[in-house]
Amino acid sequence: MAVAERLLGDWLRQRESQLEEYRLMFRAFRRDRLGVISLLIILLFIFGAIFAPYLTPYPEEGAGSPNTANRFLPPSREHPFGTEYLGRDVLARVLFGGRSSLSIGFLVVIIAVGIGTPLGALAGYLGGWLDEVIMRITDMFLAFPPLLLAIAIAAALGPSFVNAMIAIALTWWPWYTRLVRAQTISLRERSFVEAARGMGVGSLTIIFRHILPNIFTPVLVQSTMDIGSAILTGAAMSFIGLGAQPPTADWGRMVSTGRVYFLHQPWYGTFPGLAIFLVTLSFNLLGDGIRDVIDPRSRRAA
Amino acid sequence: MEGPLLSVEGLRVQFRTYAGLVRAVNGVTFDLHQGEVFGLVGETGCGKTVTGLSILRLVRPPGEIVAGKIAFDGLNILSLSEAEMQEIRGGRIAMIFQDPAASLNPVFTAGEQISMVIRQHRSVAAGQVHQRTLEMLEAVGLPDPPQMARAYPHELSGGMQQRVMIAMALSSDADLLIADEPTTALDVTIQAQILELLAQLRQERGLSILLITHNLGVVAQTCDRVAVLYVGHVVEKGPTREIFKAMKHPYTQGLLAAIPRPGSYGQTLPAIGGSVPSGLDLLPGCPFQARCSRAMEVCQKEPPALIPVGRDHHVACHLYREGAR
Repeated sequence: MAVAERLLGDWLRQRESQLEEYRLMFRAFRRDRLGVISLLIILLFIFGAIFAPYLTPYPEEGAGSPNTANRFLPPSREHPFGTEYLGRDVLARVLFGGRSSLSIGFLVVIIAVGIGTPLGALAGYLGGWLDEVIMRITDMFLAFPPLLLAIAIAAALGPSFVNAMIAIALTWWPWYTRLVRAQTISLRERSFVEAARGMGVGSLTIIFRHILPNIFTPVLVQSTMDIGSAILTGAAMSFIGLGAQPPTADWGRMVSTGRVYFLHQPWYGTFPGLAIFLVTLSFNLLGDGIRDVIDPRSRRAA
Repeated sequence: MEGPLLSVEGLRVQFRTYAGLVRAVNGVTFDLHQGEVFGLVGETGCGKTVTGLSILRLVRPPGEIVAGKIAFDGLNILSLSEAEMQEIRGGRIAMIFQDPAASLNPVFTAGEQISMVIRQHRSVAAGQVHQRTLEMLEAVGLPDPPQMARAYPHELSGGMQQRVMIAMALSSDADLLIADEPTTALDVTIQAQILELLAQLRQERGLSILLITHNLGVVAQTCDRVAVLYVGHVVEKGPTREIFKAMKHPYTQGLLAAIPRPGSYGQTLPAIGGSVPSGLDLLPGCPFQARCSRAMEVCQKEPPALIPVGRDHHVACHLYREGAR
């Protein structure tokens, strides 16, 4: 019993200091007005994408069924963003389009971080031939312009949402490998790693418990910003027809088709374009905000 | 008395660099007994830190231990497996470093870092880790242990950080503490406090300490015995009192003469002429020959061996060979 009680006590104490940390982070973040607004915009888009069918009176049109009787209606009370060339409500299409764009952003970054981070940490900490092999592979990927490589991979795999995602993720992970490797190498020489080795800690434990937590900040900041860029790249891919296929709504594809009608029906291409712009910008600003907040040194100063 | 706790014999460490082979440690030999504070003194680059790292087998490539024997409590350190070494590091031999601010992981609290070491070596039951952490913080003289345990390294002063390092190092009841310049980054009053803490821990726990320093004042204050290193060679070793009273080697004499003393104000300190040769291109013979005011012909040809010149007092100098001069 005594042991259980003490374990519980330990756990509660740790919880408490953790909560204290979160409180401090939250307080610092609240002062960053741009960061807060960005976060709200992102949450708004996520909310819109998840609950799209309930937020629009035209869920079938959002999902893809045409309504040719209503082609090219300008923005009005019934259709705040107007309608497009198949008579579908543009607002509904933008809400539904957030699903593919946001998921491509998050999934690409999750895959890229998942592959890139451990490889970079291993290469940086262990060095030697493993480092050579990993870094030469990243060099191969980095030798091509990223968008071109993604287009080539997606074209080879065939146009689809999943293939576009795989293609973008494959061009993205080497950047994380390089970022993490560079950080690892600079940390590897720090005394606390030497001290940990002197206390009998093994290599893998040092990499995952001591080095990676110290790299958490740059990786989190980078990945937040990259979600925006990945959405942009995803939009570019579907702009040229390699992303989500019709009738699935997709911002990039909407901009692509809307371009043709831009002079006379500008609302068709403008609103999905604005969505891409807002989401990408918000992720960038949020990344900046996170960088300022997460570092315990800058936070406690307040 | 039984044999020594730690015995280093003929240790040689070399670094293969692009500039060539750097011979950092060239046959260092010394013994450290249970409960003793042993000093390794020398200038920057004399191999004292590398010697300390070698004892834990932490010398990294391109560095390599090429010869010698290190025995710790009957174990042959150089032939143990890496897994066995990990048990020894932090479990039986612990090491603390010069810059405590850099030796603590900035993203974990002091308490978390001490707990990690305790868990690593499973020194107490899982339910007692927190208790043990607080005890260690108290043992190193930190006020309000629960508060300290929650502090991040950057919230502590340099002296507190070094105390946390010591707490961590000793949390698994290590027998030997290798302290590499533990007070160099601290100011003088804090330095005195840390040295006092080490002396107290030695008293209370029977801890043996290998103190690596360039500060002869620290040596005089804390060490029982001392070895003076010069470019990877032990040039003189013996009981501290004996060395300070009757130093034999011209290098040791030069070092001691260069310490400012009360009353020496306004006088020029006698410095040792020349500079430390690099481990890259060592001449045959005595490593100190080029700077030695009493060098003889034999010094250029033959490296001097350690010869006894008093009780437990040895010196590596041709001046004291039988029949010299």
